[in-house]
Amino acid sequence: MNLLNLFKIAYKALLLNKTRAFLTMLGIVIGISSVIAMVSLGQSSSQSINNQISTMGTNLIMVMRASQRQGGVNVGSTNVQTLTVNDVEAIRSQAKYISAISPLVNVSGQLVNGSNNWPGSVQGGNAELISIRKYKVASGTNFTETDVRNSAKVCIVGETVVKNLFTNGESPLGKMIRFNKIPFKIIGVLESKGQNQMGQDQDDVVIAPYTTVQKRIAAITYIHMIMASASSEETASLATQEIETILHDTHKLRADEQNDFDVRTQQEMLEMMNSVSGFLTVLLSAIASISLLVGGIGIMNIMYVTVTERIKEIGLRMAIGAKNRDILLQFLCESIILSLIGGILGILLGLLLSYGASIGLNWPFIASVPAIGISFLVCAATGIFFGWYPAKKAASLDPINALRYE
Amino acid sequence: MNEIIRIAQLRRTFQVGSEQVHALKGISFTIYSGEFVSIMGTSGSGKSTLLNILGCLDRPTSGEYFIDGNPVSQRSKDELSVLRNRKIGFVFQSYNLLARTTALENVALPLLYNNTVSAKERREKSIRALEQVGLQDRMLHLPNQLSGGQQQRVAIARALVNDPVILLADEATGNLDTRTSYEIMSLFQQLNEEGKTIAFVTHEPDIANFTGRMIQLRDGHIVKDTPLVTQSAGAALAALPVNDD
Repeated sequence: MNLLNLFKIAYKALLLNKTRAFLTMLGIVIGISSVIAMVSLGQSSSQSINNQISTMGTNLIMVMRASQRQGGVNVGSTNVQTLTVNDVEAIRSQAKYISAISPLVNVSGQLVNGSNNWPGSVQGGNAELISIRKYKVASGTNFTETDVRNSAKVCIVGETVVKNLFTNGESPLGKMIRFNKIPFKIIGVLESKGQNQMGQDQDDVVIAPYTTVQKRIAAITYIHMIMASASSEETASLATQEIETILHDTHKLRADEQNDFDVRTQQEMLEMMNSVSGFLTVLLSAIASISLLVGGIGIMNIMYVTVTERIKEIGLRMAIGAKNRDILLQFLCESIILSLIGGILGILLGLLLSYGASIGLNWPFIASVPAIGISFLVCAATGIFFGWYPAKKAASLDPINALRYE
Repeated sequence: MNEIIRIAQLRRTFQVGSEQVHALKGISFTIYSGEFVSIMGTSGSGKSTLLNILGCLDRPTSGEYFIDGNPVSQRSKDELSVLRNRKIGFVFQSYNLLARTTALENVALPLLYNNTVSAKERREKSIRALEQVGLQDRMLHLPNQLSGGQQQRVAIARALVNDPVILLADEATGNLDTRTSYEIMSLFQQLNEEGKTIAFVTHEPDIANFTGRMIQLRDGHIVKDTPLVTQSAGAALAALPVNDD
């Protein structure tokens, strides 16, 4: 029997039981579509992280305090006081690959304007902080180096803060707000940036001279962090090394001593975020492929029932000249048709789902070609694997008994 | 005359548990081209076993079997399939038509398993076979839209479609009322007159009377093998009382 006839026979047999064929397919459809959707969404999410981080600037370098051991006890990083403004000045004077640098001092508290109040934090930096963080001043002005020297009680606020403290729509410029009882004069409002890749509101921010925050609010002499811009994306790793060498010197660390600081770039952040989303993609795809397995078992189950139900038909086909192989191939063909049609529907549904989700989440839509190809192969393999045993059973029937089967 | 079927000293033994059951105990006969033979016997006489072997569904334990000059006894399963496909036309008691499949497609079924027949030939041959049994205007009907007699005619057309050397009918009138049985027998007689060789297994003597030769089996032996004076099924049909309704 040639393959075309075989295909025709199997196809007709499936058409005789449309509802059942459809329900059988459904398992495969769900399995494949969830695998496709998971893989596509995983890729979309990492693409969206990439996009957002590159808008934040991939040349951003952060120097943080590293956790430290005191007498064998790890005391974490919050008590480390070795990062100072001197470090910032040392880097500024020695580093070749740094275009801007600012200390960062961060204090949280309650912002108050008359009867309105809002929980927030004040980030202290120098005049360069705004450009390093890729903020822009929408109205008003940035504070100056003079303000920093004088520990001026001025600040620049983000949209969210404005919205919550000035509820009747008045202009915040020139107004005084209080942070932990200390009055600050608003001299600028930042352009809105929306959420970052972690879902944080980047407009919920108050920026003030670091000297003001250090002396008037936190009463500390050290700083929490250093933020710097590498002169370009390519030199980010060179800049990182530079900073490490400089700080190793200024902190007078021995060669074998552990650094009391951590230099991180956005590049590393990117890799970290990607590895998290990659792990999630693998995990979700693994769960989705379980439903594919269940779908395959569904096919096997139905093919079994089909064989039992059609014993007499099998007997007749054998009596009129079908070889065992013809019967085997017919049933195998049926299960492959089922799983392939199910697979195609599943791929379409999966793409549709991930397309809808990527629009809803505002992520870029990515159709993963390898995932589609692999799904298709998996479908064919599922059809053969789960169809084989029932088909074998059908082919091994004895025509005499099969004809008499009631 | 050509020998269509020749069997010699045919034995078939089944192993049932520890016991050996001898279903056929060495039977011999020859069926010539153009004969209409009935094979009679009560249940347990071995006629089903004989039919299975004649139909190449089963192989004899010993003895010889030739169909159309081809030795059958030592063939492999696949070779038997090909013999069934090319040489034999089966007609069953319960028609065995594929449900929800048109008469035409049912008839074409044996040709699907023959690679040498093209799709066009398949259609032509199937239409011709349906015309032979008088169902040319029922070709696209489904089995459940046909009466029992019409279904059996479709089954006969399916048996004829591969132009077999012999038609093997297994209680082909067993599910039909008397009138329809006679109609079917009349069709068989007509096919026989056109030259078809037919072996008809039955346990009803009045049906056997429509054939030209009777082979009677009992306990695995042939007890009678005689020519009959063929009664015309058409005449018998005419003699039946007209339906009351």
